[in-house]
Amino acid sequence: MNRRDFLALLAASAALTVPVGRSAWAAGTNGQATDRKLVVILLRGAVDGLSVLPPWSDPDYYQERRRIAIARPGEEGGAIRLDARFGLHPALASLVPLWQAGQLAFIPASGSPDPTRSHFDAQDYLETATPGTKSTGTGWLNRLLATLPPQGSGDRALSLGATQPRILTGTQPVTILGSGKAASRQSALDRPRIASAFDALYRGNDRLSQQYRIARNSREQLRMTLESEMDEASRGAPLPDGFAGDAQRLGRLLRGNPALQIAFADLGGWDTHINQGSGEGQLANRLEPLGKGLVTLARELGQDWDKTVVLVMSEFGRTIRENGTGGTDHGHGNVMWLLGGNIAGGRIHGEWRGLSERYQSRDVPVLNDYRAILAAVLTQHLRLGDRHLASVLPDIPVTAAGWQLLRS
Amino acid sequence: MLRHWSALLVLLALLPLAHAASEDHNQQTALFVLNRLGYGPAAGDVTRVTELGARDWIAAQLQPEGIALPAETARDFAALAQRQRQALSRLSELASAGRPDTAEKERRQALRREIFREIAEADLDCRLQHALRSPRQLEELMTEFWFNHFNVYSGKAEVRALAGAYEREAIRPHVLGRFRDLLGATAKHPAMLFYLDNWQSAASGSRRSEDSGLNENYARELMELHTLGVDGGYTQQDVTELARMLTGWTYDRRALVSPESAFRFNPRWHDTGSKRWLGETISNQGLLEGEHALDVLARSPATAQHISRELAQFFVSDTPPPALVSRLARRFQNSDGNIREVLQTLFASPEFWQSARTPRFKTPYRYVISALRLQGITQPPARPVQAALLQMGQGIYGWPTPDGYKVSESAWLNPLAMQQRLDFATQAGLGRLDREAELANPERMQAEITPLLGVNTLQVIRSSPPALQPVLLLASPEFMHY
Repeated sequence: MNRRDFLALLAASAALTVPVGRSAWAAGTNGQATDRKLVVILLRGAVDGLSVLPPWSDPDYYQERRRIAIARPGEEGGAIRLDARFGLHPALASLVPLWQAGQLAFIPASGSPDPTRSHFDAQDYLETATPGTKSTGTGWLNRLLATLPPQGSGDRALSLGATQPRILTGTQPVTILGSGKAASRQSALDRPRIASAFDALYRGNDRLSQQYRIARNSREQLRMTLESEMDEASRGAPLPDGFAGDAQRLGRLLRGNPALQIAFADLGGWDTHINQGSGEGQLANRLEPLGKGLVTLARELGQDWDKTVVLVMSEFGRTIRENGTGGTDHGHGNVMWLLGGNIAGGRIHGEWRGLSERYQSRDVPVLNDYRAILAAVLTQHLRLGDRHLASVLPDIPVTAAGWQLLRS
Repeated sequence: MLRHWSALLVLLALLPLAHAASEDHNQQTALFVLNRLGYGPAAGDVTRVTELGARDWIAAQLQPEGIALPAETARDFAALAQRQRQALSRLSELASAGRPDTAEKERRQALRREIFREIAEADLDCRLQHALRSPRQLEELMTEFWFNHFNVYSGKAEVRALAGAYEREAIRPHVLGRFRDLLGATAKHPAMLFYLDNWQSAASGSRRSEDSGLNENYARELMELHTLGVDGGYTQQDVTELARMLTGWTYDRRALVSPESAFRFNPRWHDTGSKRWLGETISNQGLLEGEHALDVLARSPATAQHISRELAQFFVSDTPPPALVSRLARRFQNSDGNIREVLQTLFASPEFWQSARTPRFKTPYRYVISALRLQGITQPPARPVQAALLQMGQGIYGWPTPDGYKVSESAWLNPLAMQQRLDFATQAGLGRLDREAELANPERMQAEITPLLGVNTLQVIRSSPPALQPVLLLASPEFMHY
């Protein structure tokens, strides 16, 4: 779908539109402070959405995936029934209480309208929110940070992982936390004598000095949380490695810290071209810790869970038909996940037409543009106004037409 | 050429230098080429390059077989290769006879882990010591470049045992050779066949097991990343058709003790139907279909452009001048993909020399290797070095996806990166990385790179206790750049 089609679609659905933005959203206005938080989790490598959210009542699903389909609810290793159309992968059973509490929702047939099946281009588009344009230098989370009024002082955005992801690239400073136990290791920056010599090396206005000073300040700020973690570790109760540990660390850093508004984490290993398995197997083994990590994050956030939305997304979906090696190849539409204490959860959002209508005769189409979904989250959750929304999501008109993703 | 050199002299005069003597200029030039064509100076390198002259040094680097290895280095490299081969040969211990019972299965799995670990450790030692000790620095840099271009990930099962062999057999012999040879060697190496799944890709229903059919993973990345580039003008149908042409390209798992001869073409798995690929109709020619595809891809102008841009990015700038990329692409095409000639054009270009004016932020790998070289550490314990690299996000053979590591500043410069580099500088500079190594002499280290150091850095180092001085040299903003 190109921009014109997109506009046409919006116009066509105008009657159903729930208008948002400055004029319509009573509680929020442009530039008003919000103590709400947004966590984005990017599954790099294109997770197989048809396994995450198997459309178990669709006969095509079992026709096309004789070896890797998730069995029907009630069968052995079968999907967990969510509604009359969809189930949940059994390895994500830990998420069921969130679903039942109305704090988990899915949006199938969603993603970027750009046709690329290149992981790297598609991830870039997801992170810049400008599908089809590669030259965009900033990520949408960083642009969002530039429009959100700060809450007090201190770090505003955290990223897990060793490097700065494209989604957080831009003018606003971001704290890169690192992942795993190494994140809480002692640093030379904690040693006053050495650190003061470093201060003298990096006292200029150049880029390195700027980054150095951010690191120095964050280190001070994070020290309390990290030190308590180190204490725990020394008492023989270390955080688990992997996503569960990262999620716990993230939750603790976010909880009760109004200044921290944005967090990002990415997880790889979803490019299952071969032997992806079904109820059990390679993909199941990746999904299970992800589900448990998300539950941990919700728990650690405590009362701030109500103020948080977690978005889980991936660059594109995978082929409807399994390939010749027990896996799936690069497809198009995928599933977006939405979690949070105050989301309109326990339901499947957006348009879905079953597996018979296909993009390029092979893939799930994108019926729900990810930017419209982001727009809904930004306006309804973070209360972004029209003008600011346009700077975060430059390619689309300022609207979240038809989407009601938060409880009103 | 003369014109370019005078341009360089003018430009160097503009740099904020403590001294502007011509000896200083020569040292600056030496440091520039040592940093850009290699992993920075080791003891005595600046003097050597200054004496030889930077141009002659570059010419020599382009003919690495003419650079003699010191006897001890040659002996050690041969021993390392031998150790790699021996570790690989242990794979034959895993060959199974009959159906194993549970205990036997467990024993074999433990053995497999042990052998894989042994191979991986030999591979790390080999990569590190070559980068640290080889006087053929451009060859080492290009080994990193091409491995990264044709990336495989040692975290994916079998690749752990094959990554080092892949580098030694498929990459290293061709790093300055013909692109088509390099492409063919990677396409047929079991590391790549396994990593991008082509080894199991087969014509639908051609294998006895019911789970047989096409896998388009390799075919896509072959065009997107290895040759044409993502905007190289191919469609989804071209991906699928190329995958069909490559069906039957597999390897013999029992032959992995010598990976370079493990490639097999299995005619029974080959899709014998006709294909329509990049506008051409391909009739059934078995193995030759894939060879033809590699010929076409290697000679495509899109490939010349794609590779040239990557090379310019690697050697000159994150956003290389388009005029330079075009000249390199022309040379690539006119020389039928002769990498040495493309690099000759690159190193003779004014754009290359002008880029001395804008030092680049080192990748973690460059940073770590250059720090060890400056300290004179030649045989570090591989594990802590690899651990530091992994933490900084650039472990050896550690990038999971086929696009390889990025080289740009924007990919690597962030607050955590600064912290991690300073932590590494502290660890290495205080002599805690390699306790066997003699503690580096701070004066010698500093003398090697003095022309690069600015007033502030010199002052900070001078006013610090001697034990901290090597740390601060490695931690300095000047040393973060190349």
